[in-house]
Amino acid sequence: MCAARPPPVSTNPQSYSLPPLLSQHGCRMAALWTLPLLLSGCLLGCLALTPPDELPQPHNLPPLLGFNGSDGGPSVDLPMALRVFSVDYHHVQAPFEIVLWIMLASLAKLGFHWSGRVPAVVPESCVLIMVGLLVGGVIYGVRHSAPPTLSADAFFLFLLPPIVLDAGYFLPGRLFFENLGTILWYAVLGTLWNVLGIGLSLYGVCLLAQSSLGDVSLLHCLLFGSLIAAVDPVAVLSVFQEMHVNEQLHILVFGESLLNDAVTVVLYKLFESFLRLPSVSGLDVLLGGCRVVVVGLGGLCVGLFFGLVAALTSRFTSKAQVIAPLFVFLYSYLSYLTSEMLHLSGIMAIVTCAVTMKQYVEANVSEHSNTSIQYFLKMWSSVSETLIFIFLGVSTIQDVHMWSWPFVCSTLLLCLIWRATGVLLLTAVVNKLRRNAVTFRDQFIIAYGGLRGAICFSLVFLIDDFPKKRLFITTTIVVILFTVFVQGMTIKPLVELLDVKRKKRALPTVSEEIHSRLIDHLLAGIEDVVGYWGQHYWKDKFEQFNKKYLRRFLIREDHQARSSILRVYQELERREQRGDEEAPPLVDPRSHSRLLLPEEMDSIRRILSRNLQNFNNKQTPAYSRHTLHQDTTMDRTRKPLHRHQSLGERHTYNTITHWPQVEDGEFSESHRVRAGLSRSHTVCSISPRPVLQDSSASAQTAPADPRPAGDDQVFPQHQVPARRTPKKQLSFVLENEKQQ
Amino acid sequence: MGSRASTLLREEEIEEIKKETGFSHSQITRLYSRFTSLDKGENGTLSREDFQRIPELAINPLGDRIINAFFPEGEDQVNFRGFMRTLAHFRPIEDNEKSRNPTASEPLNSRTNKLLFAFRLYDLDRDDKISRDELLQVLRMMVGVNISDEQLGSIADRTIQEADTNGDSSISFNEFIKVLEKVDVEQKMSIRFLH
Repeated sequence: MCAARPPPVSTNPQSYSLPPLLSQHGCRMAALWTLPLLLSGCLLGCLALTPPDELPQPHNLPPLLGFNGSDGGPSVDLPMALRVFSVDYHHVQAPFEIVLWIMLASLAKLGFHWSGRVPAVVPESCVLIMVGLLVGGVIYGVRHSAPPTLSADAFFLFLLPPIVLDAGYFLPGRLFFENLGTILWYAVLGTLWNVLGIGLSLYGVCLLAQSSLGDVSLLHCLLFGSLIAAVDPVAVLSVFQEMHVNEQLHILVFGESLLNDAVTVVLYKLFESFLRLPSVSGLDVLLGGCRVVVVGLGGLCVGLFFGLVAALTSRFTSKAQVIAPLFVFLYSYLSYLTSEMLHLSGIMAIVTCAVTMKQYVEANVSEHSNTSIQYFLKMWSSVSETLIFIFLGVSTIQDVHMWSWPFVCSTLLLCLIWRATGVLLLTAVVNKLRRNAVTFRDQFIIAYGGLRGAICFSLVFLIDDFPKKRLFITTTIVVILFTVFVQGMTIKPLVELLDVKRKKRALPTVSEEIHSRLIDHLLAGIEDVVGYWGQHYWKDKFEQFNKKYLRRFLIREDHQARSSILRVYQELERREQRGDEEAPPLVDPRSHSRLLLPEEMDSIRRILSRNLQNFNNKQTPAYSRHTLHQDTTMDRTRKPLHRHQSLGERHTYNTITHWPQVEDGEFSESHRVRAGLSRSHTVCSISPRPVLQDSSASAQTAPADPRPAGDDQVFPQHQVPARRTPKKQLSFVLENEKQQ
Repeated sequence: MGSRASTLLREEEIEEIKKETGFSHSQITRLYSRFTSLDKGENGTLSREDFQRIPELAINPLGDRIINAFFPEGEDQVNFRGFMRTLAHFRPIEDNEKSRNPTASEPLNSRTNKLLFAFRLYDLDRDDKISRDELLQVLRMMVGVNISDEQLGSIADRTIQEADTNGDSSISFNEFIKVLEKVDVEQKMSIRFLH
């Protein structure tokens, strides 16, 4: 609620540490930058080894990346005898080039994050595109032919699924379903509005500029509109990473970008098939409308099916835990491919699959498998995203571009205008039905944050050839570059400008903050009593169905959580969480009636903002591409299942330090030493066997016996048994319940 | 459970609740089905344990006090009427209600009544004053274990200072209303119950 101000100037001089720091930093930078140099050397070496290709094929079939034809590599030829040393590049060419591209992408990403001030100003996607442009330019310069471009097949079949799977798996479920109505509203109606608007206006522009653009028909314009109107989840997410948007806004934009795939793909295919038909009747349009529904729902069903099968399979993976993550990926990918095969919406299928199977898989597989799944998803989606952006950059370097000022500029303008008007209109309607109104600032972010990305790019390559196709490709590239660069870079400053205007109001008083927070908690509690969740009735029904049938069928017997001890775990978790926060700076205690100084007011504000429970309007995004955020809903309750034993440990460590004042000098000295040693161990593997050895006897032997630190199993015995047993008893009870 | 529930709630009762609380017919039936789903003992009233069974309420720092607010003074069971009466405080204020006859009794969801509900969360002993101790208790619940007593004490002092106009080191209800005059209580303390 109130911004945290920087702490008062500390008096610790830090200059003494500067020289070593500088050389460390220098070493690091030097080490880091030799890598890309090495890599570019590799790349150029590769290029030199393969002789230049024949002339590039016709541009409507861009060559698959890295699979250019090339002859066998040279080898060092000794006159007659055995070849001691030879180079056979052709043998490894395909995987070698793929790996090099991925390596380049990842190193660029690394460099980006280490490069000081750059991440604050330029979003990662921009830097990656620029690197791609650079590499493309270099390749063009060396080979004098177009560099390998991103083929549509490679994009849709290999690069897009990991990103969407990652998005679907980490989708904040409750938030998403709460806002589902609004998201669908924006996705379906918003996209339709944009497509029709942009298509028709572009046709108007073409009619006006009859001379240069006369041969672009209405259907072509509509087709172009359908592919350019879609907001791209990859681009949006990568820009929103750096911005601080509240989670509700995040889920709105993110959900919209995911769901509008159904509408986009259908409209695109519709217009494409219309183009092939000799004439279009009203019936065809109606059928087209039906197709939208079929495609969306079909994708959903395919995803559901595969999700349930995956959940069922994961139930039986206890004997082969290592391959459990594999099933998650295989089934999701299978659902994607199946729906693509049936011309349904692959994105919807894979998202549904991930959302469906998540809760069952997480309950069934081991903790390590869960971690593997999450990390692999993040890794693959990161790689995909990076590759996509680099290839966007590389593919911009083409041989033939067709440029037309009116077309390009009007497209840019119309995209912005139609999106802005669409968002304004739709929000005006939807705000009447929502509890948390979408504010003007949010609307601006939604409208301005509608970035286009690689999906448009691939779709435009798939168009059947016609005279003005080059123009479409060029325009698409320009729009993508404009939205990613200009909109991506300026959205953060513009939003901050808007925020500044809001901050001009007076800071809330301490009373207001505290009482408002009380009211927030109260409302949250009442909402939980009422069970209010948008469509709570259906959610309740689903939860009952879930508990009675699905969970029993899909989750392993011994993993079905017990609700009776759930509360206890939650309490423990809550208490432990609170204890984890760092200590706030001290406020000097004064007498009651004195007026508090401004610094003290600041520190009070800081304390409040850091410690009052913050929820429902969190400023962190619930989904993040690059980090694993802890999900703060019921999933948290599972963590205590694995950590309750450590809880006992940690609390006992705190009591150790209080011992010394009770004992005599030597004894306490060794205790302190021991405490220091064992404090550094975060070992949590305590066996639940009751430790009933005579504590006084072992205490006697302690001073005479400087045991190594590894012996900290002995330590708990020194505890005051009274303090320890309640927790142990608790953990025993829980342990026993668990085994039932 | 669904069909049984609707037959247990008679039309006249619905009408009475409608008049008292201002909820619509469908809202009342919907909330009744929620009431019965919470009522595990199926005796038509809710006890404290029924509320404590709601998991999110257990993690709410003010959970116990909120549960208390549902139960009338000294009782351990709350029937559906009482349940609705408490929930009525959180109904959004509609525009057509604002222009109602000012001499008619104030509806349960007026701004003053909403604030009174919040006030009662602090004021456990019902003496119409929030003393320093009561404030400290609530603060401690909301803030956690990490803050020392002195710091919390100074925050509590500051809160009382800002509100107290008559110098009695406690916050009366009128002072409470005054402090929150800039806060949009009508919007904050409202739940949009589905039609």
